[in-house]
Amino acid sequence: MALSDRPGSASLPGMTVPVSPRSGTGSLRGEQRREARAAYVYLLPVFVLFVVFVAGPLIASVVLSFTRYDVVSEPVGIGLDNYQRLAGDERVIISFRNTFVFVILSTLLEITIALLLAVGVQSRMPTFLRYVFRTAFFLPVITSSTAIAIIFSYMFSRDFGVINYYLVQLGFERVPWLNSTQWSLFTIVLASVWQRLGFTFILFVAGLQNIPRDIYEAASIDGVGPFTRLRTLTIPLLSPTILFATVIGVIASLQVFETPFIMTRGGPGDSSRTVVMMIQESAFQNLEFGYGSAIAVILFVVIMLFTLLQFWMSQRWVHYQ
Amino acid sequence: MAFIVTPEPRRAVMLRRLRASIADGTVFLLLLGVSIVMMAPFIWMLSTSLRSPLQSFLLPPKWIPTDWQWDNYAAVFDQVPFFRFFLNSVLISGAVVIGQLVTSAMAAYAFARLRFPGKGMLFVVLMSSLMVPIQATVIPIFVLLGELRLADTLWAVILPGWSSAFGVFLLRQYFLTIPNDLEDAARLDGATHWRIFVDVVLPLARPALAVLAILTFNQYWNEFFRPFIFLTSYENFPLPVGLVTLQGYLGNGSVAVVLAGVALSLFPVLVLYIFTQRYLIEGITLTGLKG
Repeated sequence: MALSDRPGSASLPGMTVPVSPRSGTGSLRGEQRREARAAYVYLLPVFVLFVVFVAGPLIASVVLSFTRYDVVSEPVGIGLDNYQRLAGDERVIISFRNTFVFVILSTLLEITIALLLAVGVQSRMPTFLRYVFRTAFFLPVITSSTAIAIIFSYMFSRDFGVINYYLVQLGFERVPWLNSTQWSLFTIVLASVWQRLGFTFILFVAGLQNIPRDIYEAASIDGVGPFTRLRTLTIPLLSPTILFATVIGVIASLQVFETPFIMTRGGPGDSSRTVVMMIQESAFQNLEFGYGSAIAVILFVVIMLFTLLQFWMSQRWVHYQ
Repeated sequence: MAFIVTPEPRRAVMLRRLRASIADGTVFLLLLGVSIVMMAPFIWMLSTSLRSPLQSFLLPPKWIPTDWQWDNYAAVFDQVPFFRFFLNSVLISGAVVIGQLVTSAMAAYAFARLRFPGKGMLFVVLMSSLMVPIQATVIPIFVLLGELRLADTLWAVILPGWSSAFGVFLLRQYFLTIPNDLEDAARLDGATHWRIFVDVVLPLARPALAVLAILTFNQYWNEFFRPFIFLTSYENFPLPVGLVTLQGYLGNGSVAVVLAGVALSLFPVLVLYIFTQRYLIEGITLTGLKG
């Protein structure tokens, strides 16, 4: 692939004569053109795939959302019908409500617990302990949600589950973790927080390492207690990381699928059904590709809005050093 | 603190030390508690996968295996095409890693080193795909794969994975930190862009390539959503889809066998963690893009 033999340097057998590559306007323009051509060749694979598997399908999703389409016959344009239908579709509305509840609960829990753990790990302790804790918190992050959902679907079982066994031993009632409309979504939140906690924890540990030590030393001389220190120093100084973790957490949890799909199948009823489960069900079980696309477009818009909202908020309350 | 004017009375110092060690001890106990909660499901999985299938759902749970029923691990291979699932996972993750490294490194080199019209705009356009969730494109991709006659083949999952805006971003950032000197020297020797890219830049970028390879492998090894939708035949399933099928098919009767399958599927990830944890943790921190 001799994409660009440099005209600016002449090489003879056995010796190299360096000539400034930018001498002479004629060769400069030729050189630039060659460099640009090379660049486009390098970019070609990524951009072809980008157009075929991201940009094209995204536009196609929007187009499909205005049609009725079952793959077998040609799509039929039906205007805004899909959007009107989903606005009145109780199951879709429930799935959005469930997803929002899931996002809020899981992000709040995740950020709070991870922050406390990250601050805790900063305290005096032998290095190997810090290493053990980090490994324990982090292993669930690299494990597949599928494996975790399978394990938890046994552990949270009402009658045979380990968790209820210990609750009963401690004198509590059995909790219908997966079998009750009141608990199912919350159980999904617990499983998901358990899995993602280590990720947020690692982000916070990295963020804390960027806070200068002397600020804390000054605070300890002034006799500031640990909780005041957390509230007035750590959280404000860590706020860019907290915001980042929140954005990432919200976007990831808006897309939750495997955990409820495997642990509860969205049930009982629709009590733990999420938006992505509705997309999957409409398109790939009911073969309503147009309707599924409309739900997907709404989800996409919500994700975009969340991203923008959070960046707008960041300018108001985040403390950048 | 020797320069503090009035020396503290000895009792106050001791009291303060005592309070500090109580605080440290409390923090330690809390961290220990959370670690146990984080590890318990894995330990339960392992010990239950080694109980006899008939006893596997009996309570109280056993945390330390006593029966050592390795038969469950053999049963996974007998009762479902587990080896096939495993092989499919290896093929999918491996092919995606290789393809993504090649395309990302090429594009990243162009963005980091070459000058061409439209560079800034093309970069922004590519990066904007980071904001597009898979759910927003999955339906048309499914239709397209059908038209390309790739539906229900491993290519359906592999091919879309070959382009990664994140991979381009990660490698470009790293390429920018590599000093230009060596490339300049190579250029003066008359090397082409391609030679410089392959012989100079890529070897220097090994750490970044390793991070991308590890993160991508982990992501595609664990992936469920796309394979679940794009693949319909049993013999094409990767592990996550296969395991869910296994769970549904064996039901609650053979918890031990299902968990043996789950344990086997986690093994490569565990090995990956043990050998590459620094890369893995740094990479994930750096990116924040692990879904």
